[in-house]
Amino acid sequence: MAQENSSTQPLLQLKGVSKHFGAVQALSKVDFEAKVGEVMALVGDNGAGKSTLIKGIAGIYSFDEGEIYFDSKLVHIHNPRDSAALGIEVVYQDLALADNLDVVANMFLGRERVRPPFSLDEGSMELSSIETLNSLSVTTLRSVRQTVAGLSGGQRQAVAVAKAVMWNSRLVILDEPTAALGVAQTRQVLDLVRRLADRGLAVVLISHNLHDVFEAADRITVLRLGQNVKVYSAKQTTQQEVVHAITAGTLQSVPGMN
Amino acid sequence: MSNTSDIVNDAAATTGTRRTTLAADASPQSAAEYVRAALKRMRGGDLGPLPIIFGLVLIVIIFQSLNDKFLTPHNFVNLIVQMAGVTAIAYGVVFVLLLGEIDLSVGYVSAVVGVSLVVMLRPGSVDSPTMFVWYTALPIALLIGAAIGILHGLIITTFQVPSFVVTLAGLLAWNGVVLAVIGEGGTLILQDQTILGVANSYLPPEWGWIAAVAVVAWFSIGTYLRTRARRKKGLHTTPISVTVVQVVAFAFVILFAVYVVNQDIVCHTVSDQNVCVQRGVPVVGVILLLLLVSLTFLTERTRFGRYIYAIGGNKEAARRAGIKVERTRVLVFMLSSLLAGVGGVILASRLRSVDTNAGGGQLLLNSIASAVFGGASLFGGRGKISNALLGALVIASVENGMGLLNISDAAQFIVTGLVLLAAVIVDALSRRRLAQSGVA
Repeated sequence: MAQENSSTQPLLQLKGVSKHFGAVQALSKVDFEAKVGEVMALVGDNGAGKSTLIKGIAGIYSFDEGEIYFDSKLVHIHNPRDSAALGIEVVYQDLALADNLDVVANMFLGRERVRPPFSLDEGSMELSSIETLNSLSVTTLRSVRQTVAGLSGGQRQAVAVAKAVMWNSRLVILDEPTAALGVAQTRQVLDLVRRLADRGLAVVLISHNLHDVFEAADRITVLRLGQNVKVYSAKQTTQQEVVHAITAGTLQSVPGMN
Repeated sequence: MSNTSDIVNDAAATTGTRRTTLAADASPQSAAEYVRAALKRMRGGDLGPLPIIFGLVLIVIIFQSLNDKFLTPHNFVNLIVQMAGVTAIAYGVVFVLLLGEIDLSVGYVSAVVGVSLVVMLRPGSVDSPTMFVWYTALPIALLIGAAIGILHGLIITTFQVPSFVVTLAGLLAWNGVVLAVIGEGGTLILQDQTILGVANSYLPPEWGWIAAVAVVAWFSIGTYLRTRARRKKGLHTTPISVTVVQVVAFAFVILFAVYVVNQDIVCHTVSDQNVCVQRGVPVVGVILLLLLVSLTFLTERTRFGRYIYAIGGNKEAARRAGIKVERTRVLVFMLSSLLAGVGGVILASRLRSVDTNAGGGQLLLNSIASAVFGGASLFGGRGKISNALLGALVIASVENGMGLLNISDAAQFIVTGLVLLAAVIVDALSRRRLAQSGVA
């Protein structure tokens, strides 16, 4: 799984990024990286800066300082289109699916294939949806023509992930993908996360649930109060150690004191 | 070229063939399975258009037993002409409802368009004929309708005020405009023969047959080509026997309707001689069907239509998907007013005039009721253009039937209200059942 990862260059690398909102320093001098074929977990307590970091990568807003390297090249991400062009896709916690549309319509929302002059190419979209879902070994969906309203939480998550990986994506960021799921569905989604990495994508997994994190992640980046604490290798650490880092990890500077 | 296509190719390579079905696929393969799946959906509360068709049958039985003129070719032709204006307006209302919004101005916007058209076609004196002929006046009148819709849409999206309030203001303001143009208590007579022909002319019987056969051929060939294309790709298709039943049923309905309207013979006494004319398919009926087909295409087969549903279902998801939400909303309000304008033209043509009552009365409520009645949800994201046609058919049938029975206006209002209430309750009950079975 994580073979020779240590030797490869990271696909995404953030160096010393900061972001403040008014007087609140949400991120200060944070480093972060994600490698191809690897699941990088991003953990931290509420207010640690996880969401801020993700939204900066996704282009929802720009970082105040710091550099972003993608494929070892310095890039500038100012809006969601920039990040999508690089192949970065984010699966947000609320999934952003339209309940009244079917699976195919949701997977292609905003990027529908059109047969000239202007009718939707439903057949080709349906075929691609089925192929993508099959390639991710999503086994619980009965039809791609059922509306999302009728899907279970795990199935919705699977559709949202499939939607994200369909677009030449190279880095997929999952925000709390297991937050609202039962045991069996959590299992399915974690397997899916693992498969994404095994298929050559870089995966960033944000979760509060350390059990899930240890199950799926190769490495774990811990944030606390907007700063790096440490990056752990999942195999060489324990849940206790990570919990300690999240709640009482050593910081370079104490916020409000500098 | 892309990771994803590599992934897909890998998957194809390992399985040997391109898999075109899902692992847990449960699509019906035979006619029996198809029927069973449909019955299961119905038990789950997904009744589709069944309640309204059942209601329609009930209405026909009740009125026919009370007055045997109800179910005659003559009355059927009248019914089509009577419902046409409301139906066109209701088509536009469906668009607005799909967004989860409302347009209360459609009644008076239709009147503004109707009045503009009649004013432009008002005959002048002998040496100064009208400034406009019908083929310039009609597009200008419809453009006025579209412009009003754009104005509503821009106000709603720019200031982010609820459409309910903006179009309520529109309702009042456009009513004022209509009164100002016509003048208190006045009536403007429409004299242009072409525009009068919209609601007062009929296809010759043989043309009606040709049109019916063309429609049936188009539907069958379209269904065949679509099925063949899906089969070629290895995608699921409806079992052939079911498709054949659908095509035959469609053909039967269309051909039977044309047969019935072609039986309508109107006789007058002209200078002591009895002259009889066969009326045939009303031109407005053809207009309604053409609108139905093109608007259904727009909503179900184009990006624009898909975006309307997406915005109605989850506005935030639509925005994140890169859909230009506000632009789509403005265009939908434009369509709503434009179709209200089409309805206004049909109404002016049917009444052969416009007066100070134009756009008033029950017009607004009947058009919204038609859409809701037919199954379009008031909460957005669910509904079809055909809902408006079915709903308008029910409402017009009730009014037409009670008109034949000479029931008082008071009783008519009460009955129409109760029918609407019944329809909404049936809809709410089936929705609740749907929610319980976890489908919606």
